[in-house]
Order: sequence, then structure tokens, then C-alpha cells
Amino acid sequence: MTSINKPAVRHPSAKKNQIGLSRADYEGGMSTLCAGCGHDSVTAALIQSFWELDLPPHRAAKMSGIGCSSKTTAYFMRQSHGFNAVHGRMPSVTTGANAANRELTYIGISGDGDSLNIGFGQLAHAIRRNVNMLYVIENNGVYGLTKGQFSASADLGSTSRKGEVNEQTPIDPVLLALTLGATFVARSFSGDKAQLVPILKAALTHRGFALVDVISPCVSFNDHEGSAKSYAYVRSHEVETVQADFVPLRREIKVPEEHEEVTVVRLHDGSQVRLRSTTAGYNPRSRDSAYRHVQACIKKGEVATGILFIDDAGRDMHDMQRTVPEPLTRQPFELLCPGSAALERLMERYR
Amino acid sequence: MGPPTVTDPRYYHKVVDCQWACPAHTNVPQYLRLIGQGRYADSYLLNRESNVFPGILGRTCDRPCEPACRRGRVDEKPVAICRLKRVAADLRGDIADRLPKAPPAKNGKRVALVGAGPSSLTVANDLLPLGYDVTIYERHARPGGLMRFSIPSFRLPASVIDEECGYVIGMGAVMKYETPVTSMRTLLDEGYDAIFVGSGAPKGKDLDIPGRHDAATIHLGLDWLAGVHFGHIERIEPRVLIIGVGNTAMDCCRTSKRLGAKDVTVVARRSRAHFKASPWELEDAEEEGVQIVENHAPTRFVVEAGVLTGMEFERLEWSTDASGRQVSRVVGSVVIPCDAVILAIGQDNAVPWIESDLGIEFAARHMPIVDKVTHQSTRPGVFFGGDAAWGPANIIWAVAHGHQAAISIHLHCSGRPLTDRLPPGMTLTSTKLGMGAWEYSNDYNPSPRAKMQHEELVKRFSDVSVEVELGFTPEQAAREVERCLNCDIQTAFTDKLCIECDACVDICPTSCLTITPARNTEAELRQQLSAPALNTSQALFQSGPLPQTKRLMVKDEDVCLHCGLCADRCPTAAWDMQRFDLKLAYAGTEAR
Ligand SMILES: Cc1cc2nc3c(=O)[nH]c(=O)nc-3n(C[C@H](O)[C@H](O)[C@H](O)COP(=O)(O)OP(=O)(O)OC[C@H]3O[C@@H](n4cnc5c(N)ncnc54)[C@H](O)[C@@H]3O)c2cc1C
Ligand SMILES: Cc1ncc(C[n+]2csc(CCOP(=O)(O)OP(=O)(O)O)c2C)c(N)n1
Ligand code: SF4
Ligand code: SF4
Ligand code: SF4
Ligand SMILES: [Mg+2]
Repeated sequence: MTSINKPAVRHPSAKKNQIGLSRADYEGGMSTLCAGCGHDSVTAALIQSFWELDLPPHRAAKMSGIGCSSKTTAYFMRQSHGFNAVHGRMPSVTTGANAANRELTYIGISGDGDSLNIGFGQLAHAIRRNVNMLYVIENNGVYGLTKGQFSASADLGSTSRKGEVNEQTPIDPVLLALTLGATFVARSFSGDKAQLVPILKAALTHRGFALVDVISPCVSFNDHEGSAKSYAYVRSHEVETVQADFVPLRREIKVPEEHEEVTVVRLHDGSQVRLRSTTAGYNPRSRDSAYRHVQACIKKGEVATGILFIDDAGRDMHDMQRTVPEPLTRQPFELLCPGSAALERLMERYR
Repeated sequence: MGPPTVTDPRYYHKVVDCQWACPAHTNVPQYLRLIGQGRYADSYLLNRESNVFPGILGRTCDRPCEPACRRGRVDEKPVAICRLKRVAADLRGDIADRLPKAPPAKNGKRVALVGAGPSSLTVANDLLPLGYDVTIYERHARPGGLMRFSIPSFRLPASVIDEECGYVIGMGAVMKYETPVTSMRTLLDEGYDAIFVGSGAPKGKDLDIPGRHDAATIHLGLDWLAGVHFGHIERIEPRVLIIGVGNTAMDCCRTSKRLGAKDVTVVARRSRAHFKASPWELEDAEEEGVQIVENHAPTRFVVEAGVLTGMEFERLEWSTDASGRQVSRVVGSVVIPCDAVILAIGQDNAVPWIESDLGIEFAARHMPIVDKVTHQSTRPGVFFGGDAAWGPANIIWAVAHGHQAAISIHLHCSGRPLTDRLPPGMTLTSTKLGMGAWEYSNDYNPSPRAKMQHEELVKRFSDVSVEVELGFTPEQAAREVERCLNCDIQTAFTDKLCIECDACVDICPTSCLTITPARNTEAELRQQLSAPALNTSQALFQSGPLPQTKRLMVKDEDVCLHCGLCADRCPTAAWDMQRFDLKLAYAGTEAR
């Protein structure tokens, strides 16, 4: 625990973004997580991304479940909407919120336990619906909040702090998302903000469900030797498969160097994600290629990171439901709830 | 040259901006904390170790520490360091039995000091406890030098001078008052083991322009202030011009106001940005109704029938020439009417009593040739300090000189080379009490700088010796102390413990920290940090290669708040907050 709040003083060179906010304006309460928790770094990367994207805090909703990871929504954007759902139920709550107001930016923060254990079914259906949201899994391989039991993402053969061996096969959220048709799938590491920030920015701008699996070490219960989610392990096994650069609409787009093999993905708002594969022949727009590559890496004991798959032409939940373009929250009450006479007329059609 | 290393005490010393800027290297943050805890006597004594005259300096110091203060880079205004010192002095209570004492047995060495100003008294302060037989020759009847007969008593009450000079003299200095030294040869013949010249720069600069000697109401500032001090001057004419805009000018204009002048104008050659007087002195003068005129160069005194009626000036316009120098152009002339003029355009050294054949050599403008480190003149055993050494400076420099000269005198009298000086040392002590708990008050206090209460104008002008500043109340002091950023509580880093979790980098409110690959040059590195490190006068800390990635932990010291959050959030205690104590050497300090 830290006993003081972060002083309000900032570096003299601190700038404001396009909507006049400083990075500090995107901060939240002081973290009560363990010192050194990877989740705090993810929070810092999120703050940086929101600030760089000029995201208006009052147009965002922070959604989470239960766990150390789920607590972190309290540590950023103190001026936005938010909902702290029952353990594992954040995906459905966000689905509902998004159905009602499609204009907000939904930021879902979850843990491996929250998403892959208790909330597994919830996550699967949010992916299938292609709910337009950022979905971050702060993945540490354990239930941090309840003191370090193995979660569903714990690798086969990895050991707990006390030496117990995990014998159950893990669920890999990246493979899961690729299988279920997710339109944006990425993996990163809390200890590498240079990689994480552009991924988060692209994911936030992507229209549809954007899954970002962030390996985020639990310093207290899963940072020992024998863990496959420790700082040291991830650093020595990470292989950056795709390097991403996020180019907002405003910034001038530079032509890639001749020898560079760059895949440019234009997002719905006109900004671009420029992807550079570090693996020969890797195509971040091919679901099959992504699936094969990630699986091959897992076999070799490597952690593939980067924006592994992106499809910006996918239809999101509202497209599939053919809802009106205006958010339901702005529809007149009479239209949303036309009364018993209208119901009667509807029923008449089935009689 | 590799990156600066924290094993050199100078690294951490430089982080303590105030202590680095203070000529005597007073341990400011520690004495401020003691004030905050109400430990005024402890604070006073800590001050006294390095600056000898806390009560005097707490009212008059030129305070080079304040423009250097980190708080001024983070917030608008620096900590009111100087006036907090005064609080410790005012509230210290009886400290007589905690002062250094001279041993009962003398060491057999005799030392003569010329002048009883702050430089000589510092030498005496350092040598008496070592058993020296110290004799001080002073022209006047009382000790203190310019502090007593130039600095007006509305800024510095005589009782404060009496007390603090008394602490030194009370250790057994032999005082020869009203005994000006008129011949160095004679003094040398007395057979002292060492002589220290601390006779100041007692000669006010004159202005030889037409009319200078034609009227009786044209004064030299230094002499005029002394005249007021000794009671020879009790009144001044209604309209007074002060020429010059330094310390002396400020004291002359404010003193004039107290001696009946109605209309007091300070006239300067340059514009305000180039004034020698500190902003707070100008503020105080203007508060008392003094007018300040810029860009006027005096050309002649207007004297009619032996009576001064005005002074003529050229009006100047300043610009910058191709080589970046300030050059002036005359744009007109003007006569400012007045009844009296006080010249306050500088001071000169004057040691006409040092004969030229004694091996004490002088350079241009009668300045003695003095070694910058040892303070020894070209004649072994004869030392200079204070204003007498390199021209007029201020009290805290005089004190700093006194300490260094005392070290040299002690080495000289012990038959050791003067270069045998101990470099400063340091101790570092962890201030960690437990999780999120530190020994010092690490939270940032956003309060604005405390404002000094002043005596009301009517009362001030009723008597020259009514002290203007009323001092801070203990409550005000306690709050002002909280503005201090505790720069002596250093962020100490242990490379091998770092797991590169980024927690410290993320939490730092002022973006001081970065984990980054090594760069070729420091200039390049400065651009590649969490926030650009543009203040090159502030150091960059660079760790060794970190265990996991071989990158470096880099810290820009510039705007660190010493809040301890980095250490609070570090899971491995790779960062710790450690109290740095600079160990200065004084005369008699032996190897540590
Ligand atoms: C008007 C004015 C205001 C100032 N205000 C400030 C201020 O606010 N803050 C600040 O820090 N500094 C101030 N100063 C500067 C400061 O007073 C001096 O820098 C400081 O006193 C120098 O100390 P010193 O020991 O070198 O000599 P001094 O203080 O000049 O003392 C020299 C002593 O030597 C004696 N002496 C000289 N010749 C002989 C001799 N031949 N034989 C015997 N005795 C002799 C003199 O009588 C005097 O007592 C001010 C100076 C002036 C003129
Ligand atoms: C319905 C329900 N079941 C069980 C719990 C106990 N519980 C709290 S947090 C947690 C696991 C959290 O793990 P994860 O999502 O990985 O978060 P982490 O703390 O590791 O970041 C569990 C099982 C609960 N709070 N509610
Ligand atoms: S228990 Fe683990 S996951 Fe939870 S705060 Fe501590 S380090 Fe982070
Ligand atoms: S003490 Fe640490 S966290 Fe606080 S400002 Fe300094 S470097 Fe940053
Ligand atoms: S918090 Fe500690 S372990 Fe983490 S990066 Fe900073 S110094 Fe290293
Ligand atoms: Mg977890």
C-alpha cells in the first residue's frame, strides 16, 4: 500500500492533447495492487493511449468483473462511466450497455480467471456477437486476488509458488478468439509499453471486438522460477511476430521504405494500422496463418506477440442486429416502448 | 568521461540544490525538518555548524539557495529558506551549554586576525576550540564589521549581532578594539604563527563628475550609512537621489526615508533586469515609497551658490550588439531636482597598511594575490578572506572563506601542506519505516510560499531601528517547511534488484524515470527519456546494465519531488529513499 496520493505536480514539458487534457487528466485513484504488479503498467499504457487518442473521458465506459485486474478500472479515467460486474459477467453487461448506447467507447478490463474460468462462456459470446469494445485480459496465470491459485491460462507443467505442478491444459485466449471469429486479436506484455501502446490505440479504434491478451506478471504469486508468466520468463520467451504502428487520421502518412514489407490496414475512421511482420510470410490479415503461427510458437515454448490478426471489415453486433444508427438511449420513449396497443397489433400478426 | 557516479559525494550534494548553492553548504533540508518538528535549538545548532551566524543570516543573507531551490522549478516560488532560518534563531531558547568551547589548555599557537567582521569571526570560531590563542584587531569599538555599521538596524537589530558575535568571542578571543592595524610589518614582528586579513572592502567608490566637491549634501553611501549608525547623521534633506542600485543603494534609500526624506529616488544606469539588488530588496524599497528610475547615467551635479539643486543625467537606450553585448545609446538628457545625493556605486578594497616589500603581492587595482582554495597570500602564513580577498561579496561568502582559511591556518601551524585538505564525505541512511511509511514527510504540500508580515509604515519611519520584518509565526513556519521537497532524501538505486516491472516509471508524477537502452552520448540520452531532460545543469543518474534486459535505469534529477513513490511502488526495494548527510571538513577534522 502506498500512503500518499500522487502529487498533482507534473513535468514542466507536460503537454495537453487536442481536447485540452493532460495525461494526468486520464489518471484515476491510487493503485492498491501489490507494488510491481504488471496490471499497474497496463493501466499506465491505457492512460497513455487514451491521452494520445484524445478520447473524451465522459464518452467512455470502463467495464470490469472481479479480480486484481478488474480493480484497475478505478485507477484510470476518473471522469468516465463504469460498471464493476459480478465475477466473469462483464462481457454480458457490456453487451447490454453497448446495445443501449452504441456511441460510447467500451473499455473492458478482465483477468485470466475472470475471463477464462468463471466467465469463459460470457467471453465466448461477446466475441461471437462482435461487440464493439476493447477487451483487455491482464493475464498472469493465477487468481491473484485470491492468493495465487492456478487459473485456466496457467501453462502445463508450470509450478505454483509453493511448487505444486499444473496438470490441466491451458486455454489460450488468442487461439480462442481466432477460433470464435474475433476481428482483432493481439497479444502483448505489460513490461513493453513501446509495443503495448500502439496495440491498445489500434484496438480502441477498431470497430468490433478487439481482444488484447496482455501477459501481466503477478509479482506476489507468480513471478518465481517455474512460472511461465514471470517477468523473466516472458522476456526470454517473447517473440514479436508483428510490429504495429498506429497512425491517426491527423498525422501525415509516410510511404514505407522500399525494402519494408508493410501491411497497411485502414480503420473505419480513416486512421491506419501499419503492420510489419518479423516472421517471413506472416500475414496478419489471414486468420489461418495467425492460428498456425501462434500454435507453432506455443509448441516451441515461444510467446508470440503483436497484432496477430485484424479484419476491419467485420460486422459488429449492431450491424448484425440491424439496429438504428442512433443510440437507443436517444430514441423517444414512445418508440422504444410503444404501449399495449402496438403489442396487440404485433400479436395479431401471429394469430 | 563515464556517467556521473553516486559514490562521489558531489553527485548527491548537487541534488540538494540549496545546499549546493550555499557557499557554506548549510544542510538546509535537515534544518528545515527540525524547525517543522519544533526542534528550534537543534536546527539553530545545525545551522551554526556551517554558517556561524544563523540569526544574522536569517535576516540578511543574500540567499543564493533560494533561486537554486528545486521548489522554484516545480512550483512558482522557492521555499522561504532564509526566513525559516530566522525562526530557528528567534525561538532557539538557551543554547549556551551546547556551543563549542575552547579547551582549558592552549595549543601554544598564536594567530592574529585583522578586523572583526564575519570572516575573521568565523576563523576564530573554528580555531578557538582547537586551543589556538586568537587575537582580533578591530578599528571600531564593537564587533560585526559591515554587518553592524552598514546594514541598517531596521533590517538587522544590534542585539542579534551582539549575541552571535558574542558566542565566538566568548570562547576566549582576545579583542583589541579601537586598534586599527596601521602596519603589517609591525604586526608580523609580533611573531604570530599566522595572520588572517579580514578587513573587508571598506572604501565606497566615488563618482568624479563636475560639481562633485561643490556641495555639502553629496555623500558616499558607505560612509553615510556608518555616519547614521554612529549617530553623526540624524537627518537628511527632503529630496534625495541615490545613484546605483545594489545592496548599499537599497539600504541608503530606505534609511533616508527614516531620516526625514520625503521624496527618494534610486537612479540606475541599466534596466531592471540587470539590477544588482535582489527582487525582494526592490520590493521592500518600493513598498516604502521609493521611486526607481532606470536607464539614466549621471553626468553632473547641478550646484547653485554652493547649494545642490539637482543632478543631470543622460537618458540611455540599451540594445544588444552583434557579439551579444549590451550597448547603450544616449537619447536625451534630463535634470532631476534634488537636495542631497548618495553615491552607492560600489566598494573597493583598501589595505594601505600593507607595505609593499613584505612578499605580499598585489595584482591590478590593489587586489592581493590570494589562492582560491587555501586563501594564502604570496607570503606563507598570511591569509585573506571575506571582502578583503576578492572584493565585496556578502556575509555567507565571508563565512565560507573563514572556514577554509581556518583549515589552512591549522595545517600551516601543524607544519602540514595546505593541500592536505579532506574532501567532503557522506553518509546515506535508509529512511524506510515500513510499507508506504517513511521517516520524513514525503507528501507534496501545494501551499503557496508564506508571506512575511511587515511592520506598518508609520511605525517603521518613526525610528531607524524598528525592525521591519516581523518573522514567521511557528504555524507559518511549520507550513512553509512542508513546502520543502526534502532533496537530501535521495533516491538510491540497486541495479541487481531491479526486475524491470516499470512500476517506478509509471508512478513517478514528474516523469523522472526511464528504463532505456544505453545511448552513445548523454545529449542523445537526454532526448530519449519519459520527458526530455532539457535542464542540463541537472544531472542524469544512469544505472549499470539491468539484470533481465541489460537496459539502464535513468533518472533525470531536475524535477524529482523526492516523494518516495518510486520506492513505495518498487517490489524489490531496488529504489530506496536514503538520507544523505554531507560531511564537510572543518579545521581539525581528521581522516574519516
Ligand atoms: C550597505 C551594505 C549592505 C549590505 N547588506 C548585506 C546583506 O544584506 N547581506 C549580506 O550578506 N551582505 C551584505 N553586505 C555585504 C557584507 O556586509 C560584507 O560582504 C561582509 O560584512 C564582509 O565581511 P568581512 O568579514 O569580509 O568584512 P567586514 O564586514 O567589512 O568587516 C571588516 C572589519 O575590519 C575592520 N577593519 C578594517 N580595516 C582594519 C584595520 N586596518 N585594522 C583593524 N580593523 C580593520 C572594519 O572596521 C570591520 O569591522 C552589505 C554591505 C553593505 C555595504
Ligand atoms: C462468483 C465468485 N466466485 C469466486 C470469487 C472469488 N474470486 C475473486 S477474484 C477471483 C479470481 C480472479 O482471477 P483473475 O481474473 O485472473 O484476476 P487477477 O486477480 O489474477 O488479476 C476469484 C476466484 C468471487 N469473487 N466471485
Ligand atoms: S496479487 Fe498479483 S495480481 Fe494481485 S495485485 Fe498483487 S501482484 Fe498484482
Ligand atoms: S521520488 Fe521517485 S517517484 Fe517521486 S518524483 Fe522522485 S523519482 Fe519520481
Ligand atoms: S519498481 Fe523497482 S523493480 Fe520495478 S522497474 Fe522500478 S526499480 Fe525496477
Ligand atoms: Mg489472473
